Amino acid sequence: MLYRECGNYKDTYAKDMAIFPIPFDRWGLGVMLVLAFLVIPFTTSDYWLSSIMIPFYCFSLAALGLNFLTGYAGQVSLGHAAFMAVGAYASLILYSRFHVPLLLSILGGGIVSSAVGPVFGIPSLRIKGFYLAVSTLAAQFIIEWILTHWKWVSGGVFGTIDAPDLYVFGWILDTPAKKYYLVLCILVLLVVFGKNLVRGQLGRNWMAIRDMDVAAEVIGVSLFRNKLIAFAVSSFYAGVAGAMVTMAYYGAANIEEFNLVLSFHLLGAIIIGGMGTVLGSFFGAGFMILMPIFINQALLVFLERVPSDLRANSEAIVFGGLIVFFLIVEPYGMARLWHTIKDKMRLWPFPY
Amino acid sequence: MSFFIEVLINGLLVGIMYSLVALGFALIYKASGVFNFAQGAMSLLAGLALVSFLTVMPLWLALVCTVGVMTLLAYGTVFIIFRPLVARPPLILFMAAIGLAFLVEGIGQSIWGTQAKGLFIGIPEITWEVKEVFLNSFDLFFGVVAAVLVAGLVIFFQKTRTGRALRAVADDHEAALSVGIPLLRAWAVTWVIAGIVATVAGVAWGSRLGVQFSLSLIAYKALPVLILGGIDSIPGAILAGLVVGAGENLAEVYIGPYVGGGIQTFFPYLLALLFLWFKPYGMFGKEIIERV
Repeated sequence: MLYRECGNYKDTYAKDMAIFPIPFDRWGLGVMLVLAFLVIPFTTSDYWLSSIMIPFYCFSLAALGLNFLTGYAGQVSLGHAAFMAVGAYASLILYSRFHVPLLLSILGGGIVSSAVGPVFGIPSLRIKGFYLAVSTLAAQFIIEWILTHWKWVSGGVFGTIDAPDLYVFGWILDTPAKKYYLVLCILVLLVVFGKNLVRGQLGRNWMAIRDMDVAAEVIGVSLFRNKLIAFAVSSFYAGVAGAMVTMAYYGAANIEEFNLVLSFHLLGAIIIGGMGTVLGSFFGAGFMILMPIFINQALLVFLERVPSDLRANSEAIVFGGLIVFFLIVEPYGMARLWHTIKDKMRLWPFPY
Repeated sequence: MSFFIEVLINGLLVGIMYSLVALGFALIYKASGVFNFAQGAMSLLAGLALVSFLTVMPLWLALVCTVGVMTLLAYGTVFIIFRPLVARPPLILFMAAIGLAFLVEGIGQSIWGTQAKGLFIGIPEITWEVKEVFLNSFDLFFGVVAAVLVAGLVIFFQKTRTGRALRAVADDHEAALSVGIPLLRAWAVTWVIAGIVATVAGVAWGSRLGVQFSLSLIAYKALPVLILGGIDSIPGAILAGLVVGAGENLAEVYIGPYVGGGIQTFFPYLLALLFLWFKPYGMFGKEIIERV
């Protein structure tokens, strides 16, 4: 009874094409936005804002980018952390060496990354499935190598550039709360843009390619164009996420942070969150980012005296176990779980 | 010229080691459609187990015990993790294998510790010089072991009843089921074989580099080998391993100095990409013909 379509008349085209045709969804989203903008920054500590919420938002954005590519267009990428690295380095170089305004340099990071992405997407025109997945690993290794060996970019052997103070329109972002707002605003903008993108023709082309690319080509969807656009859009999101995570969270661009493990975590995030759903990227990023932190904290409480390397191992065991458990219980991801809950709410409190 | 041959031969010998890891991937992929990302972690587990067994028992018994551990792991994996996931999309099986890799690494290291350990199985370290080409007894030994292993696998798959059943399963799950081959048991046997291959790879790499966490990273070296040879092809894994091993060694020596070195990390991938552009299913991979 809480969640119902009846009485919801679509009497204009605008209403018919609304993103959230059901009032309950709109209220839910409104509540989430109020929470994110007005409640969280004022009620939580700086620790929560700067080391949980900010990385959560950034990785959600990166997961969303990967979801466009893998969940919507069906092209698996195992090199997404490298695209984040490209965005991070590009935006930091623009910001600190060329003194481009902050917002523009974050955008620039995304654009540079979206120029690099399609280069590594070219194999997808010939190769499919796991062959493609493995060959996208090439992106990870080649970009890591370039960033550490090209002195002009990395400024040294360690491949680290420190981020200077952040200014937006002459206003310094020095507290976690201000950085939080920066990240949140960019996130909301890009999520709205992305959600509409996948609702439109491009998204439908991608889904057609995902479901069967030969059939899609037969009905006139250009594989060349759409696959490369998918790589470009996806790495744009990854680049922006990389730029933000560097500026607002790590404080320095370091190639070590964007390693292969992060690529796997991103892929895990969208599989566990739900492929081909925008919401799933958030669930998945929450799982992959927050779960290790919670496991670590919980183990701290229970296993105070165990040595730290054993704790790291228990973290791996619990984390791996949870991944397997989730896949067995709900192989189509948390977004599907949410879907099931909504179906139940349609009839609640009646059995049928 | 002799320097070129030395680089080439050393590359080939390293390549055999890559083949060993790629072989494990290919076996499991062919039989169950799981892209087993935990293959590197399984090598690590085998290495760790062997080192700890060696402290209390002779080599042959330690090897038997290690294979026992891998068998337990294989049955546990198939019956606990992959039985509920039968007929799920490949990507989900792949993710489950990544979860398994976390599990295996975590469990192995919390039982046997995270410190790097030396692994000595009694092969003398001798270097021979044959016509100005230096050869290492170590590399040669594992080259021979790998060859014996592959020959054994070929005989097993071609001549024995179980081997035929496994090939039937690899060919077509449903047809194999319909003639009465127990699917899950066949998968478990495949995982045991992959576990044995992982043990050999773990011993080979462990006695070279020491048994430590980085052992599970050799999977990334094996992946380009795998796609170059064809994901589901055993001869492909062997041949591609040799090509990649020789190729990356030659590239590092002859191209590396001009671009700043360290190109070994990605050269195999470039090689594989270039080849796949012309043959998208690798050297001997099964070509999938799509129909609308």
